[in-house]
Amino acid sequence: MTKAISVSGLHKSFGRTHALDGLDLEVETGEVHGFLGPNGAGKSTTIRVLLGLLRADAGAAQVLGRDPWKDAVEVHRRIAYVPGDVTLWRNLSGGEVIDLYGRLRGGLDAARRAELIERFELDPTKKGRTYSKGNRQKVALVAAFASDVDLLILDEPTSGLDPLMEEVFQRCVEEERERGRTVLLSSHILSEVEELCDRVSIIRKGQTVESGSLADLRHLTRTSVSAELAGAPNGLAHLPGVHDLDVQGKRVRLQVDTDKLDAVLRQLSESGVRSLTSTPPTLEELFLRHYQEEAPQGAEVASR
Amino acid sequence: MTAASFAVRSGGTRQLAGTATLLRFALRRDRVMIPVWVAVDALMVLSMPNTLKGLYGTQAQRDDLLHQMTTNSSLRALVGPVFDDSLGALTAWRVGVYAGALAAVMSLLVVVRHTRDEEESGRQELVSSGMVGRRAPLTAGLLAAAVANGVLALLVAGGMASHGGTGAVALGLGIAGVGMVFATMTAIVAQLTESARLARGLTAAVLGAAFVLRAAGDSATDDGSSVLTWLSPIGWLENLRPYAGERWWVLLLFVAAALIQGAIAYELAGRRDLGMSFLPTRPGPATGSLGTAGALAWRLQRGGVLGWSVGFFLAGVVYGGLTDGAADLVGDNDNAREIFERMGGKSGITDSFLASMVGMLGLVAALYVVASVLRLHGEETSGRAEPLLANAVSRMRWAAGHLTVAFGGSVLIMLLAGLGFAASYGKEVGPVMGACLVQVAAIWVIGGAAVLLYGVAPRLAPAAWGVAGAVLLIGWVGPALDVPQAVLDVSPFGHLPKLPGGSMQWPPVLVLLALAVVLTAAGLAGLRRRDMTT
Repeated sequence: MTKAISVSGLHKSFGRTHALDGLDLEVETGEVHGFLGPNGAGKSTTIRVLLGLLRADAGAAQVLGRDPWKDAVEVHRRIAYVPGDVTLWRNLSGGEVIDLYGRLRGGLDAARRAELIERFELDPTKKGRTYSKGNRQKVALVAAFASDVDLLILDEPTSGLDPLMEEVFQRCVEEERERGRTVLLSSHILSEVEELCDRVSIIRKGQTVESGSLADLRHLTRTSVSAELAGAPNGLAHLPGVHDLDVQGKRVRLQVDTDKLDAVLRQLSESGVRSLTSTPPTLEELFLRHYQEEAPQGAEVASR
Repeated sequence: MTAASFAVRSGGTRQLAGTATLLRFALRRDRVMIPVWVAVDALMVLSMPNTLKGLYGTQAQRDDLLHQMTTNSSLRALVGPVFDDSLGALTAWRVGVYAGALAAVMSLLVVVRHTRDEEESGRQELVSSGMVGRRAPLTAGLLAAAVANGVLALLVAGGMASHGGTGAVALGLGIAGVGMVFATMTAIVAQLTESARLARGLTAAVLGAAFVLRAAGDSATDDGSSVLTWLSPIGWLENLRPYAGERWWVLLLFVAAALIQGAIAYELAGRRDLGMSFLPTRPGPATGSLGTAGALAWRLQRGGVLGWSVGFFLAGVVYGGLTDGAADLVGDNDNAREIFERMGGKSGITDSFLASMVGMLGLVAALYVVASVLRLHGEETSGRAEPLLANAVSRMRWAAGHLTVAFGGSVLIMLLAGLGFAASYGKEVGPVMGACLVQVAAIWVIGGAAVLLYGVAPRLAPAAWGVAGAVLLIGWVGPALDVPQAVLDVSPFGHLPKLPGGSMQWPPVLVLLALAVVLTAAGLAGLRRRDMTT
């Protein structure tokens, strides 16, 4: 499979702030790729480099096999972009903006445009400033989904949508995947990421800290186990990969690195298991672990 | 404090809660803008007595001036009637109207900036969610304008006191009065429209109309007594007659107008929803025909181009109508006739009048080109350029759209000014058109400077307004101020051939055009290379 986006060792500074510090990102053609990280981690900066709006200080970036800075227009013909904060022209109607964006990309599918306006319940006759935040985002989303492009770059596209529209959005992304299009989705809504993304990349302080499928990432984290035993537990504290062990009589709570789960279960069953619940790590825990590491410096970057 | 006393206290003042904080905040935000405006305006007035002493040093010269102004309606239309020949009176005559107009522009900018601009950007919503009364933002904006105008009045009154304290106070109060009349007028307009740009444009149009009314009134009578003059707040300043038997009751007009307009604005501000206006936005088409960045640029700027076009055409009509009157001077004044006949026959005075009017419009057109070029900057900082440039639109294409409107629009409005002259003056159509078009070379240099600033140092892009302002000041008051030639030479307009009347000189025009091309190209090269700011 060819890569839709291929970035390695990307650096970008604004004055003394290093927004990107050797970032890597690989997005396969045809996948929905989640792009995650705390505020100020460099997600939007990366996306602006991918759009040729910023020039990287160092590192290589290829979008659809081309240089996004040098071949910006050619690349953009096959891209649709939805920013997190959509601003519209006050005196242009939503419909006019959708059509403008369509024409400035590879073209617009009129039937799909009409269908999307219906599904997103968008009034295309309203003018720029009279739209709410969510409706401004719908304008950009309709324009993106109705455009004839190969790659969609969505930067927190649903931050203003209600749950119903969020549902419509997820359906649309799935349809895009079925058509073989590639989606780069930057989002803080983890359920959305979990639902949609084939693979995710987590970045922090301008570097990629984790990349892979959700199953891969889960494997790297901890499972919570709580059990009621027939007798007192023993030896658990010495097992590798066990954390936050809490023994109260015959009741045990602990966290265990998922790849060490087997040994823990065997140890528990030696004491006789009455009841057992094992919770796989939630995505939240996964991200919080990554987000919180070295939090003080992270906060400094975020405040920029 | 008991609940009851709190209720009583808050009942009376709750609409104004937070005004003091907002005012301090407004003055802090304007800590550069207001002092610069006030200083420029005050300096313009205070530097005048010395200059006038040089120009009209002898009693004979002053008698001659008074005679000319009484007899020549066209000259009166331009600078107003002279009421007395003291240095103070001459200063009030020569710059009073312009100083008042500058105060009006400053006031309109300040008020829009702290009212409609804040609402349009959405910032007001956050501010108003705090302990801020419904009318507090408007009050703070008006108070900020009042502070600016008050300081201006003090500076003028203090600086002119050596020429007579009474007249100095009248002049200072009159200038500030014009400022406050327009501040409160802006307050009304800002309630009517949702767009800060439109609010500024509409108020500026009213200011332009006030200027024209005064000019028309003064051309009709030699003592400012025309109804037309009295219709214009700028005319009130003239009729206050600083240094010429002050008519203090005229100040009541300023006060009454400011109070009435302020009351209307308050009434409107208290009734409407935040961010909304009394001129509702109509729905637009569900589908659009815009398909290129160029078409979008035209669509965004066409309203502005239309406004400027109408304004320039009307200005051409007004000044063309005054042209014949300018030649009357020759009939009334033996000395002048001799001079002008030596200079090139009766057409000499007409041509030099036409040339100075066309030149003045050229200077004003520099403001158009800067406003139009800086739309690029506005689009970029508002975040609208980013998704647009994420489409198959190169930066050069995008910039070319707006620059075509900017540079092409300059040609258009100067042509329309020429048509205006042709419509009302009717003679010398070709030469006047040519004179209008020659201005374009200098206008484009200013446009090129704006492109350069925007392309290379986007943060400094608003400084292009400073460039246009400097050129305007040099062109309007520079020659009268005995400024060194080196300073006058900074303005591209100083290098244009004096048309009609003079001979067409291609070299300076071509050099200016080449300079405009170089500046624009350098700016675009910078834009192509740099990061887009967001």
